[in-house]
Amino acid sequence: MSDKASTLLEVEDLRVTFPTRTGAVEAVRGVSFSLGRERLGVVGESGSGKSQTGRAIMGLTPPQAEVSAKRLAFDGIDLLSAPPATRRALRGGRIAMILQDPKYSLDPVMTIGRQIVETLRTHEKVSKAEARERALDMLAAVQIRDPGRVFDLHPHEVSGGMGQRAMIAMMLIADPELLIADEPTSALDVTVQLDVLAILDELVSERGMGLIFISHDLRLVSSFCDRVVVMYAGKVVEQLKASELHKAQHPYTRGLLDCMPRIGSDRHPLPVLQRKAEWAA
Amino acid sequence: MSAALAVQGLDVVFDRFRALKGVNLAVQPGESFGLVGESGSGKSTLLRAIAGLAPAAAGTISINGKQLGHRRDKAFYRQIQMVFQDPYGSLHPRQTVDRLLQEPLAIHGIGDGERRIAQALDEVGLGSGFRFRYPHQLSGGQRQRVAIARALILEPSILLLDEPTSALDASVQAEVLNLLEEVRNARGLTFLMVSHDLAVITHMCGRLMVMQDGEAVEQLAAADLVSRKVAQDYTRRLLTASDGFVRSL
Repeated sequence: MSDKASTLLEVEDLRVTFPTRTGAVEAVRGVSFSLGRERLGVVGESGSGKSQTGRAIMGLTPPQAEVSAKRLAFDGIDLLSAPPATRRALRGGRIAMILQDPKYSLDPVMTIGRQIVETLRTHEKVSKAEARERALDMLAAVQIRDPGRVFDLHPHEVSGGMGQRAMIAMMLIADPELLIADEPTSALDVTVQLDVLAILDELVSERGMGLIFISHDLRLVSSFCDRVVVMYAGKVVEQLKASELHKAQHPYTRGLLDCMPRIGSDRHPLPVLQRKAEWAA
Repeated sequence: MSAALAVQGLDVVFDRFRALKGVNLAVQPGESFGLVGESGSGKSTLLRAIAGLAPAAAGTISINGKQLGHRRDKAFYRQIQMVFQDPYGSLHPRQTVDRLLQEPLAIHGIGDGERRIAQALDEVGLGSGFRFRYPHQLSGGQRQRVAIARALILEPSILLLDEPTSALDASVQAEVLNLLEEVRNARGLTFLMVSHDLAVITHMCGRLMVMQDGEAVEQLAAADLVSRKVAQDYTRRLLTASDGFVRSL
């Protein structure tokens, strides 16, 4: 399924630094990985720099922060030296990002249909009628039962699961090659979570996209992705195949796996993660 | 022996929407009882109705055999305390930890504040170094510890826990869950705990109730859930969902 021969994204020694009153804070400290047409999970706790890594690739780092890297290239295009116009064309076109909470990341005063059409018409020259057709098809592809009705609804009129599907539709309509999903299901109920993941999974494998799946949920990621990158304090502490997660070597990964309560295992008290200073070094 | 907490035929109506439809529940003293269900199933509303934060349209709630009226008296709030989901939203941002913990003592006219605050902070593993900090100077896990200390400082017998760890990282969740178990064992507390995470509920609770659309779907022992002896399809779906993603080929 995955074709690692064609590298889609190269990240080498990525750093994101935020200036603060008490000095510079490095949120991401030398992250390196490469991505083919596969599903890569990026896992870590809050503050580990996983979201900032995704945002730096997308070009959505806040303006006061500084991004540097030995190499940050998408399909051979050096992202850091690319002019803003090139990055704008990539963003939403060839690289798309799904955000955590549809309640906050959809435009509240625009109908769902118009938002999807807007994305499409920004990146492709299509007539209004055709854009509408394609938006309706896309809504159907994310398994929204009545696309015609949902097209004309505002985001507050739909449920969280439906909103997240609409966002996936919006992100996939321009047919991106790389999809960055930042906690796409964390705001959803467990039962809806799996539906959304199934849709995402099907679309990703059908279209041969590369996917970066950012999540704090190690269990979920290991069941969904091909490969997992574990981050701690802005660094990658371990990279491994998702199927070999139980063979994880790093004490942080092991601790993270161990401290979650599991159905059917009676452990009182739960093992607690003992953080070591050298992990962050 | 009367139940520590008994709810009978409870209805909660917001405008014309029935958030709870005739819910029955009995929690024995010293028991830890779980409520699971998806958002909108009414599990938090049930907790809030017990705490007097949501209006009961019909039905009765009794604590230790004593039926509650519309207005709750101070004695009620000494017995029953609540810990909320979001540690970022449930602590006053302009009050120090000391001030936050002083407030329940002042309301109930309890003296000996110095000692009680020091003891409460100790009990949740924070120590007196945190006493004069503001919430923004604390991490999520530390804030939730302060919220637990605030609930415990009145020495209640029942604790209502509304998703106490869902805003926390997995590693911090383990610490907070361990803390909750510790104080429950030390004080013989009764827990009523809401969570969407079945693993957390089976870890913490002996019995649980599954809710959907404001109704109780089924009540079962945590051990039955673990061995998958469930009667309702909906519960089974929740169980499958908590196993993680399975690729259908």
